[in-house]
Amino acid sequence: MQNLPDKGGRFGQFGGRYVAETLMPALLELETAYKQARRDPKFRADLKRYSAEYVGRPTPLFFCANLTAKLGGAKIYLKREDLCHTGAHKVNNTLGQALLAVRMGKHRITAETGAGQHGVATATMAALFRRQCEVFMGSVDVERQALNVFRMKLLGAAVTSVDSGSKSLKDALNEALRDWIATVRDTYYLIGTAAGPHPYPMIVRDFQSVIGRETRRQIMARENRLPDLIVACVNGGSNAIGIFHPFIGDRDVRLIGVEAAGLGLGGPMHAATITAGSVGVLHGNRTFLLQDEMGQIRETHSIAAGLDYPGVGPELAWLRETGRAEYATVTDAEALDALKTLSETEGIIPALESSHAVAHALKLAPMLPREQIMIVNLSGRGDKDMQTVARAFGVTL
Amino acid sequence: MDTQNNTHPGRIAARFAELSARNEAALIPYIVAGDPSLKRTRELALELEARGADLIELGVPFSDPMADGPANQRASARGLAAGATLPAILAMVAELRKVSRIPLILFGYFNPILHYGCERLCADAARAGIDGLLVVDLPPEEAAELAEPAARHGLDIIYLLAPTTPLERARRIARSASGFLYYVSVTGVTGARANLAADLAGKVGQLRTVANLPIGVGFGISTPAQAGAVAAFADAVVVGSALSLLIEANADQEDLVATAGDFVATLKDAIRAARIPAPGAVA
Repeated sequence: MQNLPDKGGRFGQFGGRYVAETLMPALLELETAYKQARRDPKFRADLKRYSAEYVGRPTPLFFCANLTAKLGGAKIYLKREDLCHTGAHKVNNTLGQALLAVRMGKHRITAETGAGQHGVATATMAALFRRQCEVFMGSVDVERQALNVFRMKLLGAAVTSVDSGSKSLKDALNEALRDWIATVRDTYYLIGTAAGPHPYPMIVRDFQSVIGRETRRQIMARENRLPDLIVACVNGGSNAIGIFHPFIGDRDVRLIGVEAAGLGLGGPMHAATITAGSVGVLHGNRTFLLQDEMGQIRETHSIAAGLDYPGVGPELAWLRETGRAEYATVTDAEALDALKTLSETEGIIPALESSHAVAHALKLAPMLPREQIMIVNLSGRGDKDMQTVARAFGVTL
Repeated sequence: MDTQNNTHPGRIAARFAELSARNEAALIPYIVAGDPSLKRTRELALELEARGADLIELGVPFSDPMADGPANQRASARGLAAGATLPAILAMVAELRKVSRIPLILFGYFNPILHYGCERLCADAARAGIDGLLVVDLPPEEAAELAEPAARHGLDIIYLLAPTTPLERARRIARSASGFLYYVSVTGVTGARANLAADLAGKVGQLRTVANLPIGVGFGISTPAQAGAVAAFADAVVVGSALSLLIEANADQEDLVATAGDFVATLKDAIRAARIPAPGAVA
């Protein structure tokens, strides 16, 4: 079950390589380069060293004594990915792929970004490894996330504002793919989530699985047993697959993905791809998509810009189809409440994305017996969201 | 999988055979269905046929045209806004087919087809009078689910070859293709370019050593001079974005159809002038 994807990049019916011919040879080259790198002791040593000395791994597993007492149910732990350099788990992937880009001799690194977190994490790596960097970002997001645009520029990256389509993350991805079609010979396209054409979902999952491997070690050291539940927010799903993957074979560990219900599943203003979507093909992979009855991709909404994409990683789609993972949804309002609760109870301000996972944990914990153990992947910190949160609470900064 | 439809050469193969007998390259204009309306698309197709088009690529609009440059992206958005869904496009094609014999290729992205259903799309498209399918984001590795019903319904699957495609890979792709092969002349998305790629003729010559099908060249060709230059060595010339821009600029004009026809006529003139007609051939 853990030996997926297969040779064609499939997780069951999901995944694959649905790209223009121009990119096929590049994907095959990337797959070969990655498989060699994975076996190379020097590559592994570099990854380990930068993870420790630059990213700050291992990140702590923190027992939330206050929150657990307040809710009166399962013990709640947080995997503190918010403490990674640049403020979120995104950097685990950008570090690994940037090392791969260096190894492949690519001078230029490109990325798409929605909220700007992946863009910042990519620009950071480009600065560290002295590569040219261009980040594609929907013009709506450029406006909404001015601070992250400034950070990327400060790190030396060019930020290209994308005016096509809905001018948000999916269009940034379209534009990054268009750029890659034209520059494929000397450019490394560094995709930010566990989606896209094979081998990206596999590569991103492998680099993010460090989250789950550490979690496993840490909970064994602390509780001398595996957790009963692991909760993570899901959209593209790189933080979710990163913490889930090392536990897929442990059938007693419930894996729960939490999608963004936005303003509610009754209307179109959400991004609950697995819960409310259907199977289709977009951005190189077959997966669940939010689309209309003609197969045109729908626009999405979430208060968390990092959850505002109409697709989901193919392995997460497969975990749903096989029943190995469960999926729930959380609205904008519930996520905001959870952000406030965690801030007040534990002194930790979660990112709006991670607040979705926290919100679901707040619902579940009181219904579970006290001896159960729940781990929430706190994928990022909330600093970047302060303007959005202030606006939502009616506060003028 | 070898899906070449040798036993029943369709309209596409027949058209290439006719042209080859005259030592003439094909002109393949690309227009997005529904740009600016499906009624106009039908009129445009008839006019383009009358003015020298040999095959027509009908773009199926998609919300996320990843391999297209700005001109075709906007054309796709106009087509979507005009309601050019697959059922509506096929209904228009069925009407067109009553009065036209021009080979028609549906050109688009996979998701709308997958949603419609591969088997159902092939059956309905063949019945409406479509001759081939070109699905940009469906490389041979993923094409089985469409190629199999397409072969059964006598539809050609047109594959793309790119400057980045190694020759051995091109050989394998050519083996599973039918109709013709479409060489993407630039490493990039669709859209006009000031200059043709260097050594395009050499590249097409190389592909001929591994493929038995006609080879069309597209992406980046926008002027009669470029079309003529490519027609000297390729079996077909595809012009897309230039037409999308022309349609955009003239969408509200009464003479849109005639203007597009004039442009296509200049392209075809340049293509005919590029080669010496075969003896006894009647253009």
